Amino acid sequence: MSTGHVLMGLLSTRERHGYDLKKDHDERFPAARPLAFGQVYATLERLRKKGHVEAVEIERVEGPDRTVYRLTGDGRAALAEWLSEVEKPSPFVSNPLATKATIALLVADEATAADYLRRQRDAHLARMREYTRLKTDPQASIAEVLGADYAIAHLDADLRWLDTALDRIAALDRSLASSPPPTPDDKPLKDFS
Amino acid sequence: MTHSIPDAAETTPPDSATERPPDATTVVHHQNRPVLAARSLVFSYGNTAALRGVSMHLTRGEILAVTGPSGSGKSTLMLCLAGLVTPDAGEVRFGDQVISAEKEAFRSKLRRTDFGVLFQFGQLVPELTAVENVALPLLLAGVKRSSAITAATTWLDRFGVAEVAGSRPPEMSGGQGQRVAVARAMVTEPSVLFADEPTGALDALSGEQVLTQMVRVVREAGTSVVLITHDATVAAYGDREIVVRDGMIDGADHG
Repeated sequence: MSTGHVLMGLLSTRERHGYDLKKDHDERFPAARPLAFGQVYATLERLRKKGHVEAVEIERVEGPDRTVYRLTGDGRAALAEWLSEVEKPSPFVSNPLATKATIALLVADEATAADYLRRQRDAHLARMREYTRLKTDPQASIAEVLGADYAIAHLDADLRWLDTALDRIAALDRSLASSPPPTPDDKPLKDFS
Repeated sequence: MTHSIPDAAETTPPDSATERPPDATTVVHHQNRPVLAARSLVFSYGNTAALRGVSMHLTRGEILAVTGPSGSGKSTLMLCLAGLVTPDAGEVRFGDQVISAEKEAFRSKLRRTDFGVLFQFGQLVPELTAVENVALPLLLAGVKRSSAITAATTWLDRFGVAEVAGSRPPEMSGGQGQRVAVARAMVTEPSVLFADEPTGALDALSGEQVLTQMVRVVREAGTSVVLITHDATVAAYGDREIVVRDGMIDGADHG
């Protein structure tokens, strides 16, 4: 996600200064990390050097001077190009849930891994309830509803994985329970070395 | 129409909480008494065990999501709780009444007065209009036609489908039909609403509308809900969740 493109998108509706942009961003995207002022001003300066925005005036009110920015024609073209590009689907290779469940199987047993997965499931569903309440609140803005939909869809994907993982571990548990007792020559079940 | 709910708190022997003078804690305790509870339920279809010792409870005004994979036993649990089937062993208690031990005639009456049941496909009568469908449970309970139609119209309005009052089910969208079905399940003002995959046949947005309105209305009415679903996004409308796996509650009765 490019902060520059997001700021240009906000500037496309009207010219304004960095403070306003930060406030507007944080209100419209409550699920996102709030922008730092330094990040906003650094990004605007970068966009100005590329010719995507231009400073139109300096507002002198109480407090520090504020530079008002406007989106240029080049900026509008760059924004249109960005909007036409698809985002690369995340590979999801780094999954702390799967890592933790695997480590639980390694250092403990199926029951420990399943217990962790159940508690993780509860935590995910509790978060999903929060987003569901947020998006069904009649006062919710469209940005809040869209953000909540996105979060719910991702939590739902995790929950489906958690259910499958619990099924797999239950199947593993059953297969171990039904296997014959180890003979002295057998390797220990937990020998992952 | 209102019904008196048999309340375990009024009939069970006093415990340490109820023996104390009434205070805020006691009130909370009273409200948290189970309206419906199952103990050690066992049920088999022939040689196939569907429930293998399920215990759970539903408190007053609570929306309880019952989730689990297909074939886990969650729908069978609902059928037992709603008195639609008799468990092979164990008991279902509604307030102070062990309904699983009662005759079908009693349970049938209970379903007309105290229980509302809603299935995935609303099961509306296709020959009747929306308002006639909603009025049906009241007419079966002996309410005068004019009163039943008036009440049904009010309930259609509460679910935002007053405009289809004169339409027959085939003329409605899936979402409208399901909202009419919820209105029909709620028209007798039941103590407990059983909803089995109530939005399973709907697209995401129609399902969301049905659930949002259903939750709003049951909260206003103080109805307890058993919400059966395999879908976590639906379970998230509940206050608490129990997971059924292999005919048993997975983990503790948590939430």
